Amino acid sequence: MEPCEFPHIEQQLTPVFKRQGQGADRLLQILLEAQDIFHYIPAGALDCVAAQLGVPRTRVEGVAGFYSFLSLESVGEYRVLFSDNITDHMLGKPELMQYFCNKLWVEPGRVSEDDLVSVDSTSCTGMCDQGPAALVNGWPLTSLDHNRLDLVIELIRARKPVADWPPMLFEVGDNIHRAGVLLGEPFEAGAGIKAALVRGAEATLKEVELSNLRGRGGAGFPTSRKWGACRSSPGTAHYVVCNADEGEPGTFKDRVLLTSHADQVFEGMTVAARVVGAAKGLLYLRGEYRYLLQRLQETLARRRAAGLLGRSILGGAGFDFEIEIHLGAGAYICGEESALIESLEGKRGRPRNRPPFPVAHGYLDQPTVVDNVETFACAARIAEKGGAWFAGIGTPESSGSKILSVSGDCARPGIYEYPFGVTVREVLADCGAEEPFAVQVSGPSGTTLSWREFDRRICFEDLPTAGAFMVFRRGRDMFDAASNFARFFAHESCGFCTPCRVGTQLQRKIMDKIAGGHGTASDLEELKGLGRLMKDMSHCGLGHTAPNPVLDTLEKFPDMYERRLKALAFEPAFDLDGALATARRITGRDDEWAHV
Amino acid sequence: MTDGKKVRIATCSLAGCFGCHMSLLDIDERVFDLMQLVEFDRTPLTDIKHCGPCDVGIVEGGVCNAENVHVLKEFRKNCKVLVATGACAITGGLPALRNNIDLWDCFQEVYQYEGGLEGGQVPNDPELPLPFDQVRPIAEVVKVDYFLPGCPPPADAIWKFLSDLIAGREPRLDYEMLHFD
Repeated sequence: MEPCEFPHIEQQLTPVFKRQGQGADRLLQILLEAQDIFHYIPAGALDCVAAQLGVPRTRVEGVAGFYSFLSLESVGEYRVLFSDNITDHMLGKPELMQYFCNKLWVEPGRVSEDDLVSVDSTSCTGMCDQGPAALVNGWPLTSLDHNRLDLVIELIRARKPVADWPPMLFEVGDNIHRAGVLLGEPFEAGAGIKAALVRGAEATLKEVELSNLRGRGGAGFPTSRKWGACRSSPGTAHYVVCNADEGEPGTFKDRVLLTSHADQVFEGMTVAARVVGAAKGLLYLRGEYRYLLQRLQETLARRRAAGLLGRSILGGAGFDFEIEIHLGAGAYICGEESALIESLEGKRGRPRNRPPFPVAHGYLDQPTVVDNVETFACAARIAEKGGAWFAGIGTPESSGSKILSVSGDCARPGIYEYPFGVTVREVLADCGAEEPFAVQVSGPSGTTLSWREFDRRICFEDLPTAGAFMVFRRGRDMFDAASNFARFFAHESCGFCTPCRVGTQLQRKIMDKIAGGHGTASDLEELKGLGRLMKDMSHCGLGHTAPNPVLDTLEKFPDMYERRLKALAFEPAFDLDGALATARRITGRDDEWAHV
Repeated sequence: MTDGKKVRIATCSLAGCFGCHMSLLDIDERVFDLMQLVEFDRTPLTDIKHCGPCDVGIVEGGVCNAENVHVLKEFRKNCKVLVATGACAITGGLPALRNNIDLWDCFQEVYQYEGGLEGGQVPNDPELPLPFDQVRPIAEVVKVDYFLPGCPPPADAIWKFLSDLIAGREPRLDYEMLHFD
């Protein structure tokens, strides 16, 4: 290891290296701490980390450049990121952000001249039922209005450390309005593990198979098949990974599960460990939910003390299992399981080629089970109460319940747990949606429903969902929603494959062109062709689903596009004469040839 | 494409380096075959200043100033098929590197700070084309029918593209003609 050239930086990083260890897989966690210390990652810190971990500097810089919450340039002492989801917009985010910037004399995306504060937008922070929301140095601010922002401005001007800000600014409510088997029935920590120990690993897997449990991240892969494949894959170690990178805009049910039902989630992971023979579990917590970290660590400590984690769990000889929590850093793509595994290994979150699948070659190339938070919560219940009980709830192909995160135009946004098979209309009635016009099911990557389709059912047979349920009332412009989602995908594409990297940018540009009043019929055709290309040619699910909201709204709400079109023939993408204004000003010209 | 009549082609270079035109000349002796089939309207070769009705318009370079727009619109109006040829026409290319620099800074650097310029002034003669604040791909200004990539597109690609078009076939380029690393 070479000595670092920046002694003052090295000095500040030494405790981080001590705490995190020096494996290359710690890279992302170390950079997150460096970001906290310096408010950005100075070039010297990149050198130090590279030297300390014995990895090339390019790799360190590559990782630092990939994640939104890491920054290679100063972002000020206070970095305020406004959540940019369409639900935040509907609650007034653009006006509030402008107000905030004006009062602080900063431009969005820039740092103030005294290096005190920067303001920008970030992808959905998972606070849609209590928006508009923002993050200040990673801590969530909810239910923002002018009064609350005035207070924030005061605190920033007084340079008060975020840790000393009034707690009421950071209050996050669960807002559970309808509880079912997962959220409503009492759960005793250890009950699932006890039953699994009595039953044995093989029989527990059988119960999961009997339960018909399918993955709750939206894709609906049978959980027992995943666990069985991992169990029978040879490897030096097996791993259980919980995907808590709840990045799909409009989804926040995992936040509530981790806030108030974490025991159930960890229990499910432990049951999975018993089945697949894992000694180590990892929870990948999205950076936006970092505020939950301490509480989750405490839950883990409590479980350790109660003999539910650690060596010989509940007296089961040789049943050793530990859970570690990894933090994400603002990258939607890390919700894709193979990108998540890359991120766990301290790399850029780039989806892997599949096959091989993680169940055979996952974390550190070993057999790995990656499941959604809610799937593990279900698994804990199944272990406790048996597969037949679970299979009795819901529909034939979608057993159990589904937790929906309801937001947008309704009286009671929040969490609703239903048995699978519930109609969209029922959910709309329960949440108090007035004159609902459209619903975005399962977030931007999901389906846009028009009011004609409200009798469709939430289940894998009809409308599979990861849980997002965003309501739009009559009068809302679905073109704006699709535009917002197109911006989201253009920002979140990982850049690995061309169809998605370029396709999402082109899609955003055409949407901007139409929004700017320059659109034509040929642009709509272009959007359709582009969408087909992205669906067919992209490397992973992000690119496959990125055109969904545009194609859906084009099909179901064509008038919202058509009324914006300038002409049927081609039109330039920008104001030609306006683009000459700068040069006219500089040269002082206003002759005939200075205009087009 | 035409019944016995020669195909009429116009070409121009907007914000480009004429490299694509050089690549067209690189078809070497095949230029004789080409001349059997086509005739040229406005091109740097014929020195015709304005383009009349044509079958094919080949545009090199992006749009960086007002004059480019006039030329491009004239091409679009007169050409049945418009082809964006080369990286600059397709994406803005090398000239678009200035897009991240403020136009005023560009002018100052060129006309005022450059060594040997005493009391330099920004020229304001109406004969000089007025620059846009950003260099644009031509597809942002007019409808483009075909994109022929490369910096420049290889002579073989230009030849294949033109012979397909002249023969009335949908132009198809093999992978080898489209990849450049």
